[in-house]
Amino acid sequence: MSERDETTGATQRAEEFLQVFKRGAEFTQDLLKENERLRYQVLKLEQSAGQTGPGRDLDHLQDRITVLESEKREILDRIKAIEQENQDYDNRYSEIEAENNLLANLYISSYQLHSTLDISEIIRIIQEILLNLVGVEQFSIMLLDETRQQLRPLVVEGADPNLVASVRVGEGVIGTIVQTGERRLLKPEGSADVFSAPSAVIPLVVGPDVIGVINIYKLLQQKESFSDIDEELFNLLGAHAATAIFTAMLHLERGSRPVFHDSFFVRMAKTLG
Amino acid sequence: MANMKVLVVEDSPTMRQLIVFALKRIRGLQIVEANDGVGGLKKLSAEKFELILTDINMPIMDGLKLVSLIRNDPQYKDVPVVVITTEGAQEDRDRALALGANEYITKPIQTAKIIEVVRRLLDVSG
Repeated sequence: MSERDETTGATQRAEEFLQVFKRGAEFTQDLLKENERLRYQVLKLEQSAGQTGPGRDLDHLQDRITVLESEKREILDRIKAIEQENQDYDNRYSEIEAENNLLANLYISSYQLHSTLDISEIIRIIQEILLNLVGVEQFSIMLLDETRQQLRPLVVEGADPNLVASVRVGEGVIGTIVQTGERRLLKPEGSADVFSAPSAVIPLVVGPDVIGVINIYKLLQQKESFSDIDEELFNLLGAHAATAIFTAMLHLERGSRPVFHDSFFVRMAKTLG
Repeated sequence: MANMKVLVVEDSPTMRQLIVFALKRIRGLQIVEANDGVGGLKKLSAEKFELILTDINMPIMDGLKLVSLIRNDPQYKDVPVVVITTEGAQEDRDRALALGANEYITKPIQTAKIIEVVRRLLDVSG
């Protein structure tokens, strides 16, 4: 082989080597690119996994629990408010029932007291009111004897009449009330001197005058004290029972004499103008 | 609700008026009154009642006798009977219940109590 041939062969090998080297370099470049692409892909997948993975679900559920707990609190608060509202309505209903009961008692007492001019009937109605509406077991009704200036018992109910004596105006608890016209109302305690100092003394008042008293000595068993209705009934009796008794007495004294005669109409005409 | 008849037997006009006043608050009730047990029996023989409300202490014929007669009458043996007693009269109350009264109300009377008892026994809400 000539020197020229040898040179040519060496050149070919060198070129082949260069080609192989170039391909190796290109392959290395491709590998690097692929590596970079894959790393990028891994990074993306990791990021994606961070957004939708188990940790994210847990956060989501915890948020949901917080919302539901808040809703539960709101519902419980609403239930409490409704319960309170119901309680308020219940209380109001009871109050209205009590008011209704009071008005019924007052209306019927007033109606009955003014339904007659018969004095014995009026006394019976007062007795009924005290026994059945207030719940009094022992009481007396005294009327003022203006000539003797003393209160004289007219009716004694539930007690020995001998224990209820006449009282001079201005003397003792009862006699003082006739002067002052102020009602006495204490918690019934069943004291020994109950007949001279009753737990309740209701003055019977007509205009400026006290014409008598109702003395309460003892309430029915299990009735421990006077209620608001009792006080209202005493107010009513103090005024209406007194007027009814007074009117009945005038009616009794009038006898068969006419009321509506000439002089009455003349007087009324002047009064009414 | 169809009209239901209630008989109120009470000698005291005040109490009778109070009871009737309370019963009028129940819709659909027709109320008939009697002054004593004899008057009550007359009403019972003339009309049919769905409930009887009677006082115990009455002249001529008391409430206990009336309850006894009512329970012996086949027409009224199942009709509810309510007796009105005074608070201390435990014996009367026990006797009335033993004779067949369904319920008792004690004096002093609360209108709300009358309404509650009558509504319950007649099974009405109005």
